[in-house]
Amino acid sequence: MNSSKAQSEFLESESLKSESIVGGDTAWLDRSFAWFLQIIALAAIALLFWMGSVIFKQAFPAIKTFGAAFLTSQDWDVSQLQFGALTYLYGTVVSSAIALFFAVPIGIFVAIVTSEKFLPAWVRSPLGFLVELIASIPSVIVGLWGIFVLIPVLKPIQLWLHNQFGWIPLFSTETFGPSMLVAGVILAIMILPTIAAISRDVMASFPSDLRTASMSLGATCWEMIFTVLLPASLSGIAGAVILGLGRALGETMAVTMVIGNSDLISASLLDSGNTIPAILANQFPEALDELHIGALMYLSLILFALTLAVNVLAMFIVKIFGFKHQ
Amino acid sequence: MAFFDRQLTKPLPLGRTLFSYGMSAIAVLSTALALMALLSILFEIFRQGLPGLKWEVFTSLPAPAGETGVPSGFGNAIQGTVLMVAIAALLSVPLGILTAIYLSEIGKTSATATIVRFVMSILSAVPSIVVGVFAYAVIVLATLFNYKGFSALAGAFALAVIMLPIVVLSIEEALKLVPQQQRFASAALGANSIQTTFKIVLASALPSITTGVLLAVARVSGETAPLLFTALFSQSWIENILNPTPSLSVMIYNYSGSPFPEQTQLAWTASVVLLGMVLLTNLLSRLITRKR
Amino acid sequence: MSSPNSPTPSLATSSESDLALCARSVDVYYGNRQVLEEVSIDVYPGQVTAIIGPSGCGKSTFIKVLNRIGELESNMRVKGEIQFFGQNIYSQRVNLNRLRRQIGMVFQKPNPFPTSIYDNVAYGVRVFSRPSRAVLDDVVESALSDAALWNEVKDSLKKSALSLSGGQQQRLCIARALAVKPRVLLMDEPCSALDPIATLKIEELIRSLQQELTIVIVTHNMQQAARISDYTAFFSTDESQVGRLIELDSTAKIFGSATHSRTRDYIEGRFG
Ligand SMILES: Nc1ncnc2c1ncn2[C@@H]1O[C@H](COP(=O)(O)OP(=O)(O)O)[C@@H](O)[C@H]1O
Ligand SMILES: [Mg+2]
Repeated sequence: MNSSKAQSEFLESESLKSESIVGGDTAWLDRSFAWFLQIIALAAIALLFWMGSVIFKQAFPAIKTFGAAFLTSQDWDVSQLQFGALTYLYGTVVSSAIALFFAVPIGIFVAIVTSEKFLPAWVRSPLGFLVELIASIPSVIVGLWGIFVLIPVLKPIQLWLHNQFGWIPLFSTETFGPSMLVAGVILAIMILPTIAAISRDVMASFPSDLRTASMSLGATCWEMIFTVLLPASLSGIAGAVILGLGRALGETMAVTMVIGNSDLISASLLDSGNTIPAILANQFPEALDELHIGALMYLSLILFALTLAVNVLAMFIVKIFGFKHQ
Repeated sequence: MAFFDRQLTKPLPLGRTLFSYGMSAIAVLSTALALMALLSILFEIFRQGLPGLKWEVFTSLPAPAGETGVPSGFGNAIQGTVLMVAIAALLSVPLGILTAIYLSEIGKTSATATIVRFVMSILSAVPSIVVGVFAYAVIVLATLFNYKGFSALAGAFALAVIMLPIVVLSIEEALKLVPQQQRFASAALGANSIQTTFKIVLASALPSITTGVLLAVARVSGETAPLLFTALFSQSWIENILNPTPSLSVMIYNYSGSPFPEQTQLAWTASVVLLGMVLLTNLLSRLITRKR
Repeated sequence: MSSPNSPTPSLATSSESDLALCARSVDVYYGNRQVLEEVSIDVYPGQVTAIIGPSGCGKSTFIKVLNRIGELESNMRVKGEIQFFGQNIYSQRVNLNRLRRQIGMVFQKPNPFPTSIYDNVAYGVRVFSRPSRAVLDDVVESALSDAALWNEVKDSLKKSALSLSGGQQQRLCIARALAVKPRVLLMDEPCSALDPIATLKIEELIRSLQQELTIVIVTHNMQQAARISDYTAFFSTDESQVGRLIELDSTAKIFGSATHSRTRDYIEGRFG
């Protein structure tokens, strides 16, 4: 060994010489570290409950005043302090339904294109990446695009729908641009990456020998997809769709910017409307009266509960029916 | 019928062939539609926004409505976005790292850890506007240091709540990638659990942790809904984090519906800047993990 | 440490506190499943003790009991008594960090930290103290020299440890363990992931370290045990899948004229 003087002095020193294996108890250090971390983690859990209880507390004046009738009333009059959620609940549900109508089929097709071998891998993976890129564009920017591009583009289509199919209640009114339909389309664009990406992962995890087995029996690629792949991936895709729904229900900016913000319930999708997030965005900055704030909080609570239920459902579907094909 | 068909060269029945081609066409069309939306958004932002991108937009305040020909910009909004995202990161990253350490090093598969993970994924799905409402109730409606009302602090708090679950879940994944063997090697040299966690586990996971944090930063930089009625907006430079504070995203929203073309122009230009910030952060985070 | 370095020391003469390690009736369980029963072993200071036996008989488990690292990895429970130079390592008052610093360990697969070569070796020292740079430099150099790695890496101490070859990585792990001056070094099949030349280097290394260190090495390679060890312990399982110590004796005895027929069968390649 080539130990120098400095080293041998160091080795003689307290720190390295101790031959005893007892004493200087450090186990308490490990234990307190574990406890400390556990407390932090529990605080993170508490955050969710804190959020729920704070919103509930603020909503309480409105809950006490309006009770369950809040859900079925269409009144929303700030000057009279009369509040009801139905208009916004309706708008939220309908715009999200339109979004699913467009985003589910397109999302599944995108997932098929990016997971199956129609295209070479060097095309597929950038494709998937690009579609997922949509998710990282701030929604206010999508909304800006919606105002200046999507509304003008969809206007002739909306007029045409009214002219040709005006006898169907869904298209019974003339549009002036912003509408429930536009809001649904913009939501569809925003939830498309969620549905496409998760469905793609589900399909990609489908064992390739089962694909081959089906195709070796003479099925064409698409027959294999419809008879084997999609049925087997159903629960995963359902989870993806419900997660997408959760996003659509709570999406605020882009919808607020293109839905027209009018408090009416209309059968026509070409009419303007309003959603819970949109009314929150519009009225919170100016809300002063306790009951007005309470009513807005009540709406938030409903939205909170709605998205919570939807997301828990999605998680359970994925968990119970299994995300991976085993 | 196809069952008795033994001729390999004979084409499939017309129905099956049409079905195949039709489906392929629909699939390609759907994908093209999705891409078109993306490209149209990107194209339009740059087409409308780039012409307004001059140095003065970074250094000036927005000109009063209707005034043209004077320097106009959104320096204060950039300031506000950066400030609030920074405070949000300072609040949520330490808490997120500690929670993630709990999940990967201590809790593992225990019931508590499972519940923490579940709550974190629920929290990440709470609409950002609801988080804004929460911050409004907790901070805007309260009186802090004799200040009451809209503030950068309220906005940052909302952003921090949005960041936390993203940070926790991504850092836990990063920590789990550190091989168990390295933890044992450290313990076998006499290190205690704190030393092992900080000197070995966190140190080796640092690139992926940075990636996770940057992705969360990118995500919240573009948030608007939680800032609308927490930070609100302001036309001046930031002096106090307890005052109303502008941000790029809220500015884009406010000016998007403006009747004054120069304000709409400012919204487009701000979109280029915001999108650039978000995409660059995204890209940076990918590069960090790629390099290793 | 005043033990004879002869190849066939006497088994009977040492008292317990003279022994580097002394296990008495050790039972080990994973959860409710028992994997070792009634293992009693003496490890003589300054000697190399090899542990051999069919795979799954609990060799790794036993070696992980000796520095109490097993309880960190999994739900391992240990009954019985183990003494380290006369001190009971399963006593309540034992400081695990001090214990593990004195009983170093080298793992089956090289597991350097993803830091520089220098920082790998310095890690253990830094855990316990804050020596000056000059002292640390000396410690690192001498540990790397002891591990026969210094000449290969002295110009690239700042390079990542992961850039080394497998054999170099394993010697780095040995250097890392030596840097904190342990009194015992535990090695769990340290060569099983290495090529023959790297294996030979490590065997030479073990031989040279034995001068001042007590080594316990698990190996599945019987020639290796015969080449490098002074004592050999043979473990085996019966039908119940519980591992037992069959025989512990000087290596010459075990490989020459083992007492138990099962040991002889195993060494001659007749398993079962
Ligand atoms: N962490 C663990 N949990 C449960 N059982 C284990 C664990 N590690 C090892 N075992 C079991 O203990 C027995 C002994 O394993 P081991 O000590 O690794 O044997 P060896 O090293 O001799 O091959 C084996 O039957 C193995 O399956
Ligand atoms: Mg083993």
